[in-house]
Amino acid sequence: MSLATAHFSPPVLSLRLFAVWRRNFLVWRKLALPSIVGNLADPVIYMLGLGYGLGMLVPQVEGVSYIAFLAGGTLCYSTMNAATFEVLYSGFSRMHVQKTWEAIMNAPIALDDIVAAELVWAASKSCLAGVAILAVIAAFGFTASPLALAAIPVVFLTGLCFAALGLIMTALAPSYDFFMYYFTLFITPMTLLSGVFFPQSQLPETVRSIAELLPLSHAVSLVRPLLLGQMPAQIGLHLAVLAAFTIVAFWLALALTRRRLLK
Amino acid sequence: MPLEIAGLVKRFGEGAEAKDVLRGLDLSLRPGECFALLGPNGAGKTTTLRCALGLTAPTAGSIRLCGLPVPEQAREARARVGVVPQIDSLDPDFTCAENLIVFAGYFGIRESEIRPRIPELLAFAGLEGKDKARIQSLSGGMKRRLTLARALVNKPQLLLLDEPTTGLDPQARHLIWERLRRLTAEGTTILLTTHFMDEAERLADRLAILDNGRMLAQGSPREVIAAHIEPQVVEVFGDWKPGGQPDSGAAAWAAAHAGALSRRCEISGETAFCYTDDAAPLLAHLAHQPGLRSLHRPANLEDVFLKLTGRELRD
Ligand SMILES: Nc1ncnc2c1ncn2[C@@H]1O[C@H](COP(=O)(O)OP(=O)(O)OP(=O)(O)O)[C@@H](O)[C@H]1O
Ligand SMILES: [Mg+2]
Repeated sequence: MSLATAHFSPPVLSLRLFAVWRRNFLVWRKLALPSIVGNLADPVIYMLGLGYGLGMLVPQVEGVSYIAFLAGGTLCYSTMNAATFEVLYSGFSRMHVQKTWEAIMNAPIALDDIVAAELVWAASKSCLAGVAILAVIAAFGFTASPLALAAIPVVFLTGLCFAALGLIMTALAPSYDFFMYYFTLFITPMTLLSGVFFPQSQLPETVRSIAELLPLSHAVSLVRPLLLGQMPAQIGLHLAVLAAFTIVAFWLALALTRRRLLK
Repeated sequence: MPLEIAGLVKRFGEGAEAKDVLRGLDLSLRPGECFALLGPNGAGKTTTLRCALGLTAPTAGSIRLCGLPVPEQAREARARVGVVPQIDSLDPDFTCAENLIVFAGYFGIRESEIRPRIPELLAFAGLEGKDKARIQSLSGGMKRRLTLARALVNKPQLLLLDEPTTGLDPQARHLIWERLRRLTAEGTTILLTTHFMDEAERLADRLAILDNGRMLAQGSPREVIAAHIEPQVVEVFGDWKPGGQPDSGAAAWAAAHAGALSRRCEISGETAFCYTDDAAPLLAHLAHQPGLRSLHRPANLEDVFLKLTGRELRD
């Protein structure tokens, strides 16, 4: 087997990966409150500002108030951002700057475990942030349906998906500056195209057909109806797309990380 | 056997970029011994340790770590090994005690199991009462010692230490030496890399000199010295003032006389190193050379190291 194909061999995981997850959790716990507030403040300000401000100009979107429309999208893109930031900036500092991963690899833990632990940890952290935002949304009365609780697992899956995509960048990054490209070229356009702030039906036909392939579109398609108390259409398809992005991106991220650290 | 390496080859890169960093290394550690790996910068010491731990796949050769084949069962083997890496990798987000607890977690050791051992581990590293100290508040020497304590959380059979005392003051080096001797006395096998000849001479039961990925010498410090170098050294330096000629240095003196009076003579900077089995004729000659000064001493490991690896800078 050549080295390049060896990097693409399937992950070999052990339960020790939870020790790595726990390490990140213990660090987070030290600063849990500021961390949650940090993840919460920005999306909530945007949601309230745009929701009330624009909401005056746009009385109804798809049959609901603009702010109720915005709530589901906000939950999705803030989850995406939280997961992405975690694997990009914190992940890179653990991998490259602090050499935390190298220290862990001296124990009976393989790189595969570490990358998987980072994936699950980033999803967990983004899900915690998502739950906090959901609580704010409920407190303001923008959702009243018990179906909103079903959004939580979708938020976790969204976190996994964007953590996996972000890990590809982390594996490739020469320095922190590299991540700016990812945000400008991928995350920001996706936020605008995925129906977070306005319905995708407003997009020109060709743009729309591409935008509908983006993972964030699928998250929004699931979460928004749930918050509005409706069963989403095509649940299986949306879940499958998010899961497929997660698996393929994780596999690629793992291969690139192995190439970087195990050569 | 704690570690057995046979025919280890490691190549980095491919095609025109390919570089053989290890070229057929054989190394076998005996239980309970302290083995020192010496070699200039870039010799391949760290790469040897990474291969031994299964952190990079060897290009050829076989490795058994604590009886298990590596890289196939590297994960299981590493459970019995402690590592002090060349570059500090303590967790800056945790205190000293938390670093030990979290690291023990990577071995599947519960917090309730490791907590009672923390005072003992910190005391071993000379860090009594530092359990709540943050990593940023530690000096370089303290970090190195904490890293040693961290390597012991799993009570390893084998300790791999990559330059454990580089950058430390003499006090800290002596403490580490004393602790390592204590560990070998308790039966732990140690493999350490170092650039300090005195460290190797003092600590190691056996040592190897590595250069360009090959072992140049292996054996006990005495054996290596006896096998590779003349027993006596006379270092000659200062101004040479032969009658009727302008003053000149030790190099000019060596060109004129060293060949006849010593077996081998090397010039390094302003000093001539004369190697010989019997220094008496040379010393008698030097007594009549005004301006030249000399130092007569037995040959040591550094002489062997410089003879085998050369005196030029490496990178
Ligand atoms: N991942 C890598 N990719 C390419 N070359 C590498 C890699 N790791 C090490 N090398 C090269 O292999 C050679 C041996 O490196 P190694 O780190 O093993 O040396 P060392 O003996 O530990 O040196 P030092 O005393 O400076 O720590 C060096 O020339 C180094 O540049
Ligand atoms: Mg090294």
